[in-house]
This record gives sequence, C-alpha cells and structure tokens, in this order.
Amino acid sequence: MASVLAIFVALRHNRTRETRVKSGAMHAPDFTLQTIDGTAVRLSDYQGKVILLDFWATWCAPCKQEIPWFIEWQKRYGDQGLQVIGLSLDDTAEPAQKFAHSIGINYPVALANEDVANRYGGILGVPVNLVIARDGTIVAKYVGETTPAKLEQELILQLKQAK
Amino acid sequence: MRATNSKSVLTRIVSVAFLLSFSHTLHAQWSQSQPQLATMLSSSVLIQPAELAQTLRAGKNKPLIFNVGPRMMYVQAHIPGAEFIGAGSDPDTITRLKTRVWSLPKKSAIVLYCGCCPWDRCPNVAPAYTTLQKLGFTNVKVLYIAENLGADWVYKGYPTASGNQ
Repeated sequence: MASVLAIFVALRHNRTRETRVKSGAMHAPDFTLQTIDGTAVRLSDYQGKVILLDFWATWCAPCKQEIPWFIEWQKRYGDQGLQVIGLSLDDTAEPAQKFAHSIGINYPVALANEDVANRYGGILGVPVNLVIARDGTIVAKYVGETTPAKLEQELILQLKQAK
Repeated sequence: MRATNSKSVLTRIVSVAFLLSFSHTLHAQWSQSQPQLATMLSSSVLIQPAELAQTLRAGKNKPLIFNVGPRMMYVQAHIPGAEFIGAGSDPDTITRLKTRVWSLPKKSAIVLYCGCCPWDRCPNVAPAYTTLQKLGFTNVKVLYIAENLGADWVYKGYPTASGNQ
C-alpha cells in the first residue's frame, strides 16, 4: 500500500503549469543587477524587445534542462528582437557561473535578489519563466516545467507584434 | 604444463577480481554523484501541509522545523519558526545540519521542508532526511510539497513569515 501511494505521489507531479496573465497585466518591474561576469544588466535597456525572463537555479534539474532551448532560441530569434535574461536563485555566483560557462549560455545571467523576486510577485518555486512583450507588459508566466513548444509559440507570437 | 595452466587460471582470477572491484568503485562513485530525489522517501515519513498547518495553529506540540531549501526562497516566505539550514543538496548544508542537531535528543520531533520545485524533482529534502536517519533520529517527518512552496503552502493561506531568521 505504501508503495502504491509512493508511486501515485511520484506520478502526480510531473506536469507543467502555465498561468497566462490576463490583458491589462502589469508592467514588468525594472531592475538592475550584476551579472555573473561582473557587468550590469538593466531590464529597461531592452525596451522594445521581447524578453524571456528565466528564474532558475543550478540545483534545479528542470531549470537546467530548459536552458539549452533558451540558448538555441537566443541564437535563432535574437535578430528578431528576442532577449533572454537568466536570474539565478543560487546563493552565490560561482555555481551559476560555472554552469553557464560549461553549457555556453549566450545571454545575461545575474543573481536574483529578494527585492526583484518580490516585485515579480514572489518566486516561491523554480523554474519560473515570464514572457515580456515589446511594450514591457508581462503577457505570460510559466511556473514549473514548461512544454518547450508552448513557450516557443508564445515567444514567436510576441515577436510578430509591432515594435 | 600444469604449472603454466595454474598460472593462467590464477591470472584470470586476479583479472576478474580486479575488474569487479573497479566496476564496484565506479558504480559507487556514480551513485554518489546522482542527486537523492524526494521520491526516494517512504510515504510513511511524509506530513501533509494541512496537517502541519493545523499543528502550528493549535500552538501545542510544535516540532522543530528546518528549512533545507534555498535562502532566496526562505527570505521571501517561510513557515514561522522554521530555521534556515540551507539547500540539502549542498554538502555544507549537511555539515550545518549535523552541527545543529548534535545536542538534540534522538526522539525530537523534527519536520524538514524545501518547496523549491515539484516533489519528484526536489534534490534537497532526501539528503537531509537520510542524514538525520543515520544519526539515529526517529521522529523526523518531511513536509510533502507537491509543486512548490507558493502553490502548496503560501497561496493556500497557511502560516507564513518572511525575512531572515
């Protein structure tokens, strides 16, 4: 009986969750953070672009599984106006830096802080991926493991919107 | 001829023994490098959020609560009274945990929790639990958080605090 319950518990939570923010949604709060490479990343510098804001951590296996897609999308859609930004919940920059360099992350990665997390509604589980439209509004929020096709479609939709 | 055969057999035995030992070492190293996921925990050691919330609200027989998740999440929201230990998948956290419980009676009621990610992906609670188990603690429960701390605790309106401890 315990085994059955354990299996049930294990199977129950291998699902994605998507919360699509309704129209009239909030403007993405601006932030300035130091990247793991020592430079600064400011959200408002990417005004006019479609932003994929990824809250992740090196101890989070599903987070690390998503990143190769993000690297590929940055390459494929960067010229069309996509900008991926990674915000790590690691306690220090070192593990994020090591991972980023090992996998070849091609977009800014910074350490998130409590202030930014709170302004984005609280990051109480990872991964969390937010799609920010060209006008700066948050149009979609994905909590937990995401179907890559679904997220990519969202980005393509937003990239087609006029600048 | 007999001496040559014996030597050949002995050589083969030594080779096989060496290969077995080598593969055992490789397997042990591989096992250690794999994260211990929450799903390895027996359901008998789990406590549901509603039950823990009820215990906290009753205000009696409250267990020691150790947060073995990331600090960034702890400071945003944690169970009131929970002590931050650190992400259980970090060896430094296990060292801190051992130090913290060193003087505690082995029957102390302890609840461990994380909430970083879906239960079947959490790498933090199982290492902490097995550490306490190996130290002889017999009254340890792990808070079952199905999706994450937000969905399964905070947004359900269960008792929550924020900030550093």
